Amino acid sequence: MNVDEKINEVFTPISDAIQSVIFYSLKIGDAELPLIVLWLIAAAVLFTIYFGVIQFRGFGHALNLVAGKYDEPEHIGEVTHFQALATAVSGTVGLGNIAGVAVAISVGGPGATFWMITAGLLGMCSKFAECTLGVKYRRENDDGSISGGPMYYLSRGLAAKGLGGLGAVLAVVFAVCAIGGSLGGGNMFQANQAFAQTKEVTGGSDGLLGFSGAGAVFGVVLAVLVGAVILGGIRSIARVTSKLVPFMAIFYVTACFIVFAFNLGSIPDAIDSIFDGAFTAAGVTGGVIGALITGFQRAAFSNEAGVGSAAIAHSAVQTNEPVTEGYVALLEPFIDTVVICTMTALVIVITGVYQQEGVEGVALTSDAFKSVIPWFPAVLSIAVLLFAYSTMLAWSYYGAKATAYLFKESRRADLAFKLVFCLFVVVGSSTSLDPVIGFSDAMIFAMSIPNLIGVYLLAPVIKRELNNYRGKLRTGEIAPIRSKA
Amino acid sequence: MSAVFLVGVDSSAASSRAAVFVTERARAERAAVVVAHVVPWSPFGATTTEENERRHPTREAELARGKRDIAAPAAEAIRVVGVDVQAVVRHGHPAQTLCDLAEEHEVTQLVVGRTGETRLRAALFGSVPSSLVQISPVPVTVVP
Repeated sequence: MNVDEKINEVFTPISDAIQSVIFYSLKIGDAELPLIVLWLIAAAVLFTIYFGVIQFRGFGHALNLVAGKYDEPEHIGEVTHFQALATAVSGTVGLGNIAGVAVAISVGGPGATFWMITAGLLGMCSKFAECTLGVKYRRENDDGSISGGPMYYLSRGLAAKGLGGLGAVLAVVFAVCAIGGSLGGGNMFQANQAFAQTKEVTGGSDGLLGFSGAGAVFGVVLAVLVGAVILGGIRSIARVTSKLVPFMAIFYVTACFIVFAFNLGSIPDAIDSIFDGAFTAAGVTGGVIGALITGFQRAAFSNEAGVGSAAIAHSAVQTNEPVTEGYVALLEPFIDTVVICTMTALVIVITGVYQQEGVEGVALTSDAFKSVIPWFPAVLSIAVLLFAYSTMLAWSYYGAKATAYLFKESRRADLAFKLVFCLFVVVGSSTSLDPVIGFSDAMIFAMSIPNLIGVYLLAPVIKRELNNYRGKLRTGEIAPIRSKA
Repeated sequence: MSAVFLVGVDSSAASSRAAVFVTERARAERAAVVVAHVVPWSPFGATTTEENERRHPTREAELARGKRDIAAPAAEAIRVVGVDVQAVVRHGHPAQTLCDLAEEHEVTQLVVGRTGETRLRAALFGSVPSSLVQISPVPVTVVP
């Protein structure tokens, strides 16, 4: 037995056990509806109603905020709305967008695409809510730095409502789950799929990375690169990565359009099969419900709406009005799911590659591109590595903040977490896809339990903030700053 | 309206020459001087999560350092010859920010040192004096 197989053997039962708890499911016909998915959908729908479809009504205002039209001159040099959004997006746009979508379509059929987009549109409102709270209840530390995220709005926000005990418990549960999520979806899944794609383009099982134990070797290299930033403090790598990710995303979307252009004839059929699949789900296990669940699950995994992670990244923004960052944050699921995930889905459906047996995850996406642009898998692997890397850096930060919260900013705990994080890079790239996806999903979804309980309880606070802010916009107390060319 | 000169300073030798030039002109014309140091920054620049978290104290430190090490000493050297002078430090795009300051302080002339970029560097990254010449609301003097 080689290293990879050994790691796999140890890890699989752990993953299975965690999954069976988090993904407790109800049987509906042939389909299994995990309650946790229902939990996320219900929250997104309720928030959409409660905040009056803010994701559509506030979309234009969100764009103006990101463009800096409301930036106060005295805040020049602080974190702008654009920067907060860009950092959060580079953490969210990861392999969920490339590999996760492929998983959705292999399991849920083309119809899953429709439900994924729906989930993305609804999720915008969950993100609006949690990021408003993230800014509202952030903590300014003694040295002037900012700590924010669900840990803080759960503990401080609920305490302000007289629910301090519940808030403290939820904050701790959230922090524990966030550490799990950062090791799972934010780390292992990324490492796993980055390895899968690199192996694929270097010649598969007969190629450069075909030898036994290659996953572990790849994992060690990746772990060193991650460690260089999070342990070695080499910021320049992180900065270069955050500069490259937006370009890569634009490049990726462009490549998708090229694939569309070469398959113009199949587009009507593809769209047909997406709608058909969404409402009739021919040939998919579990029918419509099966397609719906898969779509929602992959969307949530990709855009993390309701999970609470993004609230950590968004909370550093400079603003006097917490709700402005809520507006900006609602763009995140839009960019991530409604734009990028949809592009991947269309590429897979249009090229028809999802009908082949035995190809899963990122390999499926890669095949879809290869059918039009033969050299694209090589570029895709660069994108995959980059997205994976930036997502890992972002999640290592979320995990470290959760650790800091649990262990009262202990330096030793911080170092321990970061070492474990690097170790999990190796585990992730050595293990096969299924247990990794299972564990990653379970931990990321688990975060949504304490997070959304808190957001529900604090929803009236968000509503009040929103109404106040709208009032100020109406009276002109808050108005666009004269734009400086 | 009396003349107000604005001089852009950084830690370069060229900017010191610009400051000397301004001092002489201001003394001769009984003009006031604004000494400005711009910390390069863009609202659309790429940042990391850690940088964002620490941005506020970092910004304060950048402003304090800019004032202490660059703007204040330059202003002091001008003040000792009896010219009315004030020092400003601000974040932003250097050329654009100097123009904004010029408008805010009703400046009549802008003075900067020549950066002496090679053609290639200037083509790739531009240079503060050449962009200033294009966008400044007031006459610009570039000191070699």
